[in-house]
Amino acid sequence: MIEFKMPSLGADMEAGTLAEWLVKPGDTVKRGDIIAVVDTQKGLIDIEVFDEGTISELVIKENEKVPVGTVMALIESGKEDLTKKEAIKPTSKIEEKKATEKISVVATPQFIKASPLAKRIAAEKGIELNTIKGTGEDGAITKEDVEKAIIEKMAPAAEKKITTTENIRMAVAAAMSKSNREIPHYYLETKVDMRKALTWLTETNKQRTVKQRLLPVILLLKAVAKALVEIPDLNGYWENGLQQKQDINIGFVVSLRGGGVMIPAIHNADKKTIDELMAALNDIIPRARAMKLRSSELSESTITVTNLGEGNVETVYGVIYPPQVAIVGFGSITEEPWAEMGMLDVRPVINITLSADHRATDGATGSRFLMAVKNHLQKPEIL
Amino acid sequence: MNEQEIRQTIFQLLKKIAPDTEPEKLQPDDDIRHTLEIDSFDGLQFVVALDEHFGIETPEADYGKIDTLRNLVTYIMQRKK
Repeated sequence: MIEFKMPSLGADMEAGTLAEWLVKPGDTVKRGDIIAVVDTQKGLIDIEVFDEGTISELVIKENEKVPVGTVMALIESGKEDLTKKEAIKPTSKIEEKKATEKISVVATPQFIKASPLAKRIAAEKGIELNTIKGTGEDGAITKEDVEKAIIEKMAPAAEKKITTTENIRMAVAAAMSKSNREIPHYYLETKVDMRKALTWLTETNKQRTVKQRLLPVILLLKAVAKALVEIPDLNGYWENGLQQKQDINIGFVVSLRGGGVMIPAIHNADKKTIDELMAALNDIIPRARAMKLRSSELSESTITVTNLGEGNVETVYGVIYPPQVAIVGFGSITEEPWAEMGMLDVRPVINITLSADHRATDGATGSRFLMAVKNHLQKPEIL
Repeated sequence: MNEQEIRQTIFQLLKKIAPDTEPEKLQPDDDIRHTLEIDSFDGLQFVVALDEHFGIETPEADYGKIDTLRNLVTYIMQRKK
């Protein structure tokens, strides 16, 4: 029997609410099937299963909120039964925090101090005085308190709209605070002449239809993936020591127009051709913006790349997304004076940064990595 | 297709690519991508949509000619027979 648990969709997730089961007991599932939809701070996420077998029991119900790691379902794999059923009661459900809020209402005394004007306005607007918190003398309700309550009463509709953005911000903030608190970062930066890469890209794009055109970021991603094959220490997690990862899954930061970021993974980026990488971006960016990512795309990145794109600042210093050990930052490509072999020229230049975990690697490793990225970008034709 | 219709179509395409923006509020000389905060990825999707919709082919070298609403409308009118 296999326990299917609430997955962790990144360092910033503590719990999730099961929105919907897409399977029922008796259904057979295989690796990669989407079996549930879970509501998280990052919106509704399709949850994939990593085992094969038959669903034998759905342990938690729809709309139930459980911490990461809680058993959600049992899958009969046909292999020997190792787990005892009693052992898998769902763990503590997260209690809604409403209890404390209610106290103030219950404890409200019969006599409510309020100014006559406040009483009149409240009556006109149909607001119960016992729902208003007074800020006047001895807690008396003032005209201002009533007006505030009126605004709050009208606000919920507007509030609802920004919840997702705010939730994402909170999730990002939590992960980044943890990162800055726990990870000793070191930072490296190098400038790369992009003339060869961009000339090659322009020539290549001329032969292509609009739909097949490549963006400069594809070359950057491919160069990072190839450099990671050579310097694998930056591709992994810090979990009681450096755990190097076999697959190179690049988490690509997608900024949402309303604020916040989503970081979908481009799986096996080193094994993809540049066309396949472009196809992968075409697939994940719109889904990230629509918040329709799959669980594996949110949980399996082994390194992160943040790319500011054109027309923005020259340099970005990333904050590592735990438990990863490195983040690569690409600034805007800008024209700069460039000295080479005693000659001065103007070149399109990109600033590439690396923020890395000093527990896992040090500057020498990071430097070799950035040099490898740089070298790959000088040979765009074989990327 | 007149100027007004082209502009309406552009708005619709932009709205599809960046649903949370208000392309109707673009001034003729605003830089479209900059004003609506459209990144290079969505920018490419926009060109794909333009080409498909108007039956034109926009080479990369012409991207500079379609930066503002005024320029884009002119560009499409010239290209579209």
